[in-house]
Parts: sequence; C-alpha cells; structure tokens
Amino acid sequence: MTATLAAATPFEHRHAAHCESGVIANLLSHYRLPITESLAFGLSSALAFAYLPFVKLSGLPLIAYRMPPRSIIKGLLDPLAVRFAFETFASPEQGERRLDALLAEGRVVGLQTSVYWLPYFPPDMRFHFNAHNLLVYGKDGGDYLVSDPVFEAPVRCAAADLSRARFAKGVLAPKGLLYYPRTIGREPPSAQAVQRAIRKTTRVMLAPLPMVGVRGMRLLARKLERLSASDESSFAFIGHIVRMQEEIGTGGAGFRFIYAAFLQEAAELARQPPLAELSERLLAIGDGWRAFALAAARMVKGRDALAPSALSERLREQAAREESFFRALSAAV
Amino acid sequence: MDIDAVPQEGNATLAGHRKAMYARATDGRIVIAASRGWEAEEIVTAHAVSAFDKQAALVRERVERGAASPLEYWMIARRMDAALLAQASGIFGWRVRRHLRADRFARLPARTLARYADALGLPVATLVRLP
Repeated sequence: MTATLAAATPFEHRHAAHCESGVIANLLSHYRLPITESLAFGLSSALAFAYLPFVKLSGLPLIAYRMPPRSIIKGLLDPLAVRFAFETFASPEQGERRLDALLAEGRVVGLQTSVYWLPYFPPDMRFHFNAHNLLVYGKDGGDYLVSDPVFEAPVRCAAADLSRARFAKGVLAPKGLLYYPRTIGREPPSAQAVQRAIRKTTRVMLAPLPMVGVRGMRLLARKLERLSASDESSFAFIGHIVRMQEEIGTGGAGFRFIYAAFLQEAAELARQPPLAELSERLLAIGDGWRAFALAAARMVKGRDALAPSALSERLREQAAREESFFRALSAAV
Repeated sequence: MDIDAVPQEGNATLAGHRKAMYARATDGRIVIAASRGWEAEEIVTAHAVSAFDKQAALVRERVERGAASPLEYWMIARRMDAALLAQASGIFGWRVRRHLRADRFARLPARTLARYADALGLPVATLVRLP
C-alpha cells in the first residue's frame, strides 16, 4: 500500500486561504497525492468554533473558527494513510542543521512558525501568532526558498529570520517544529472516510460543551451583550473578534466557504448529492458571518454607534443557523 | 459568496498582496479567487496596529520624562506585552515588569540586557535608548 516517496518535480506553489490546509495540500500534492486545500480541510474535520476566555492572546481571549493547530495534519493520517515525521529541537542551531540536511536530501519540509518574525509579511499583519505554517523547498545562499500558501507566489526568507520565526516563544511556541511525509497511501479517500470526517465535525459543532461549537457562539454572544457601549476596551474586544474571524488564518466566514467547497467534493466522493445542497446552505451562513464582521467593523471605525446587543443578536442568529445546518448535515451522513 | 462579490478594495494593510478566498463561480463550483482586500478586515487590522502605535507614543513620552525604561518602549514597538516578553526572554514576569521602570533598568547587568536584546531582536546598544 505504501509506495516510495517519489516527488513531482519541480515543486508547485498553490495559493490557499488557510496556512495549514494549504501547506498540507501542497505538500501531499508534491508527493503525488493530488489533493485540494478544501478536501484536506474537510477530511481532517478542521471546521469548528471555540471561545476560550481563559486562553489569552495579547490580553484578549482566543476565538477559534477551526480545530487547534496541527489537527489538519493529524486528521489526515488515517483517511489518506499517510505518515509524517514531526521533529522539534532544543536549539535553533540544531533546527537549522536538520532543515538543511532534509533539504539536501531533496525533501520539501513543513514548518510551524511565528508570523511576527517573517519579514516578507506586510508590516500591518505582523502580530505574535505562533501557529503559522509554511513549506521550505530549497535554499539559495543565505536564503530559504519558502512556499507560504497564503501568499500568491513563493518568497525568500533569510536564514536568521526564519530561524527566529521557528523558535519564537509564547503561546503555541513552535519549538522549531518541522514535518515531512514518511509514507503516503495512494488511494483517494473512501466514501466512509468522508462520512466519518463529516460526522466528527457535526459532533464538534453540536457538542454539549459550553465553549465549543454553537454553544460557544452563544457564550460569546452573552459576553458581547454585557459589553459597555462607551468603554474603549469594548472596541478592542469587538475588533479582536473580527480579526480572529477575518484575518488570523482565514477566519469564520472563510472557513465556512472552504468547508462548503469540501461538501461539493464530498457529494461526489461519497456519492451523496444532498451534500451539494447543504454546501449551498453553508455558503449562505458564511455570508452571514461576513455581514456580522462588517457590522462590527463599522462600529469599531465609528461609522455606526457601538451596539453590542445588536452584534450579540446577530451572533445568536448565526448560532441558530449553524445549529440547524449541522443537524441537517448529521442526518445526511 | 459569489465570485463577483469577492472584495477587491485594495486594503492598505495587505500592502499590495492578495489573499485567497473561496467563492461560487457562475457554474456553481466553489473555487479559489484572489482578493485585494475588504474594508472590514482593513478597519480592524488598522485599529489593532494603531492601538500599538498610540501606546508606543505614550510610552516614548514617559521614557523621555524618566518615568519608564527604553525596554518598555521596545516591548511595545515589538507588539509584545510583559507576559510575552517574559516568555521570549526567559525572565520572570515580575522581574520584567520591574525592569520597565527607568531606575531599575539603568542598573541591569550586561547579561540581562543581552537576554532582552535577543528576545526583541535588537542590538544592546539600541535597546538602551529610544530610536
């Protein structure tokens, strides 16, 4: 079942909406397991929602619209019969030596990095977020050749900068994490694997836990409701929700659109046409998230008066729509 | 979202880059389209950046008065807070907060300065004064 790791040469960079699904899709495609970003995202059950008030990023709570970092890679191990090597390092020197050795073997290598220390990011996008993913496909003098899937084209990154980004400290510190496939099964995912992945997502979204899935959205809605309309920190909090939604990775609406693309693919793979109709419904829900983001952003900008209760109401509507959507999806598989 | 609704608003915060978005093409397939950016994202990103810039201006003024150390200025300039600087430097948070005071900072030994400089990606000579 496991073939040797023959690579398609040369490496092909593809633009993606989200770093981890983009990295893994491009990496597997390079090793001749052609897969789209959306299939990687859906098959690993990456869609989620979580509001974790006790995990702070620069003093503001974590609001995630997907499963935690690395779950896309790990979620693909079974359905695609792939095995990865994951390595972390005690020191930057060791990490750099190992990366160079793997590149010298002709491998393409995935890395977890901080966003802040990558100089090729636009300055306004450089915040301390440590769960970024990118691929390195070569080295040229003192520069690594980087395929960062959220950029349209490959970029270069000086060795010292990449090293700093790999060994950034703080929440989700990457510790130099690198990964590459060891063995890859050659079969396309089975209908059963697709259904299993969808069922897992519906379980997460409908989980009986207060901070997760549609209940997490309602918890966040309650928090929003209690914000003061006159306090400066309310603006920061609301701006933060939208940034977590629309900027970090690809956010709430973006992930719904990726998952909608996956459902179209799943309808064919699992031979279940109703999934294509559900895909349409999810697109409409994604549009609802965008409307929420725009309404919130206009308040942050001062174009509209700050009305936390109005935003809270919109969020509850989104929660209700997602709840009925995921119930229907659960029934369909 | 339909493909003709993919925002192309030329966000300043994207600095000319385009980001990939998924949208429905005219044949109903959901495909990747490159976006020049969206007002909502630009607003909240610019808001977060300006919060740091405002804070940096306040701290600069306090450093000039001797009420804060250059370390605090550089911490904010690197978009960090005391908790993150503590983790990045390996120095306990309560010590980091103490070193944000000008008098305490002025007495720091070279090896502590070197740890801060390394965590902030600066030469020590830059760390000990305002830019």
